[in-house]
Amino acid sequence: MQYAILCYHDEKVVCAWSKEEDDAVMAKLAVVHQRLAQEGKLGPAARLLPTTAATTLRKDREPPLVLDGPFAETKEQLLGFYIVEAASLEEVLEISRELAAANPGGAYEIRPVGHFVDGSKPG
Amino acid sequence: MSNADWMGTVLMSARPTAMAALVRYFRDLDAAEEAFQEACLRALRTWPGNGPPRDPAAWLIMVARNSGIDHARRARRHVALPDDDVAISDVSDQEVPAVERIDAADYRDDILRLMFICCHPELPATQQIALALRIVSGLSVAQIARAFLVSEAAMEQRITRAKARVAKAARTFETPGAVERSERLAAVAAMVYLVFNEGYSAPHADAADKGPLADEAIRLARLLLQIFPAEPEAMGLTALLLLQHARAPARFDAAGEAILLADQDRRLWRQSLIAEGLALVDKAMRHRRPGPYQIQSAIAALHARAETADATDWPQIELLYGALERVSPSPVVTLNRAVAVAKARGPAAALEMIEPLAPSLSNYFYFHGAMGSFLADVGRLMEAREAFNRAIALAHSPAEASHIRRELDRLAPPQRKPGKVTIKNKSG
Repeated sequence: MQYAILCYHDEKVVCAWSKEEDDAVMAKLAVVHQRLAQEGKLGPAARLLPTTAATTLRKDREPPLVLDGPFAETKEQLLGFYIVEAASLEEVLEISRELAAANPGGAYEIRPVGHFVDGSKPG
Repeated sequence: MSNADWMGTVLMSARPTAMAALVRYFRDLDAAEEAFQEACLRALRTWPGNGPPRDPAAWLIMVARNSGIDHARRARRHVALPDDDVAISDVSDQEVPAVERIDAADYRDDILRLMFICCHPELPATQQIALALRIVSGLSVAQIARAFLVSEAAMEQRITRAKARVAKAARTFETPGAVERSERLAAVAAMVYLVFNEGYSAPHADAADKGPLADEAIRLARLLLQIFPAEPEAMGLTALLLLQHARAPARFDAAGEAILLADQDRRLWRQSLIAEGLALVDKAMRHRRPGPYQIQSAIAALHARAETADATDWPQIELLYGALERVSPSPVVTLNRAVAVAKARGPAAALEMIEPLAPSLSNYFYFHGAMGSFLADVGRLMEAREAFNRAIALAHSPAEASHIRRELDRLAPPQRKPGKVTIKNKSG
């Protein structure tokens, strides 16, 4: 069974870390990541950039609506996520619109990835 | 992280929201600060035992309002807060469950007001910066004094005087209309940029004391963007600061001398800040409402995207400086465009552009530095030498002067015509 571990924290606090504090946390995490990867248990992991860099595509209407900022509603739940490679926000919005056409309703929150860990290869 | 570090970070990050609400409640900076301090002390006593509340800012606001500070004033001037219809009669140290999470958007005008108070037009730039660092960021007077290289007593006096001045600006407390809101946003953005520059433009020797100012400015810019998530200029400002700050690790050599952008080791640039800056530039562009911060951030983005200095997209940078000239014309912007023109189309075109700027920029270090290098490139060496000497005389730091001296050394040896230029510059 694969599991997704979703990371929540107070963004104001994390953004207030000094570079040294941030580096220290990342270094401690890297130790855990490395061990998990050796055991073949680590899939891809991503640290997202702050929500100020987020854009939301509301796909509960046609055409979908692009809004600045993170997805703020609480009546919908997080049901999945994609990691895609795109050259610009325009391109990732294009991809999102295509996905939205196939699966309307709800919203996509688009967050640039700041730090990406490939994890271990399956098998 | 130790308990104290962790609590300090939480209190610091909750401060702007909490202070913003308290300033509105008390309508007085000192009373708000005192009440906030009380609440922080209570937090330090109770959080380690009880654990932190889910929403530290909301907790601090309630505890501060109930701290008994300034009862009389509060009774006289009390104005309803957005969450005032929630019963808060019995505030224990535990979180009151009825209180919903504070949404920054509810406090948008409060936070903007708190920042705007610091940019009172009568305050000189240095006082605006000092006040913002004290009131919004919560830096200690000692820390601010160190950043400005003055004594603590002098800084204390400066801040007290600045506070007295803004206290009279009572109309700040009225809810702003749309036009006033956008004026406030512009003033606050300029103040945040001042804070950043105070940290960023410091020579290396002062970097340890002034460095935190750049981080603080980025925090303020992000805060501004949180309360105005769809405002492209707020995106532009944040992006500009992030993209410039990303270069920090590459800006000085081991001896503390400044390294020019073209000569920096780009592998040292902080990629996470660049990624965030580029994402914000992208977001802002979608709005098709360009403004000065967006244009400057787009220029910084082109530098960040170039893997080597030679790979820089100078024609695009020239276009962007042209756009910046249209929205906020100034001789300095034209000078910057000329630098891009020189790279894109050669020194002769650049020289033609900046020669008319001489009267307005005659005391500007960078003007003479640019003149010197364009003149050298078209082979007018004597005049180049004169311009470089003029630049050295106007240099703000030994690093700037030594950079120009290296440019001078690169010129072919002077044809020793009786040295009118040399003599003039020895006396200057």
